[in-house]
Amino acid sequence: MTDFRTPLSRARGSGAAGHGAAHWVAERVSSIALIPLTLWMVYAALVIAGTGYEGAVAFVAHPVNAVMIVLVLAVSGWHMHAGARVIIEDYMHRMLGRSALLILNLFVAVLLTALAVFSVLKVALGGAL
Amino acid sequence: MTAPARERPLSPHLQVWRWHLTMLTSILHRVTGMALYGGAVIVTAWALALGAGPDAYQGFMDLMASPLGRLVLVGLTLSVFYHLANGIRHLFWDAGLGLSVTVSFRSGVMSMAFSVVATVIVWAIGLGSGAP
Repeated sequence: MTDFRTPLSRARGSGAAGHGAAHWVAERVSSIALIPLTLWMVYAALVIAGTGYEGAVAFVAHPVNAVMIVLVLAVSGWHMHAGARVIIEDYMHRMLGRSALLILNLFVAVLLTALAVFSVLKVALGGAL
Repeated sequence: MTAPARERPLSPHLQVWRWHLTMLTSILHRVTGMALYGGAVIVTAWALALGAGPDAYQGFMDLMASPLGRLVLVGLTLSVFYHLANGIRHLFWDAGLGLSVTVSFRSGVMSMAFSVVATVIVWAIGLGSGAP
């Protein structure tokens, strides 16, 4: 294994991602936000599981619930992208496969979040009624 | 830099470590995290079905009420609670707390126990409230 990194770049603390601690910190901050958001999501899932279509629409149409759902989707979308990124960086060592998976991870996470947020907003703003 | 004599195992060294509890909790954290990635696909499908109207929504809910759907949802509930509890454990570690062998062993057992108990309670509430 050839190491192109200089002792200085090692000393600067660049990790497997090739740069500093910003991703690490962002992952922790999003996990702090996800503690209350996850608990709320479990509550929301229980409410939604107990009602049919009309009840679910009414729940999502409530402004507080709509905002909470969008927050859950956005923060967990960010967090799962960050987490999967670390796993890819740990296990994939060949440049091409690693880059392809990192890009796929980003696209899938953003696409899932965009689709879900759009649908929730459509229902919340009256599009499903 | 001289090349090593042989290929050495790369991080996280899965193939050279003896199995122990804190290793299991760490691996479970990643496994449940990836399971929740799949959970995000299901949540997105729920949102799309809700936006698509009553028929699509009923189809989605029927799928979730099927035996396979139930199995997946129970697995996701376990994953949510384990990843939540173990994530809090990681946050304490990041703050430099609870890193001793005794405490990390104990908190690992607590994370796993919490995820099972919380899953049982949530499903008892869900099924008790007359969910289909």
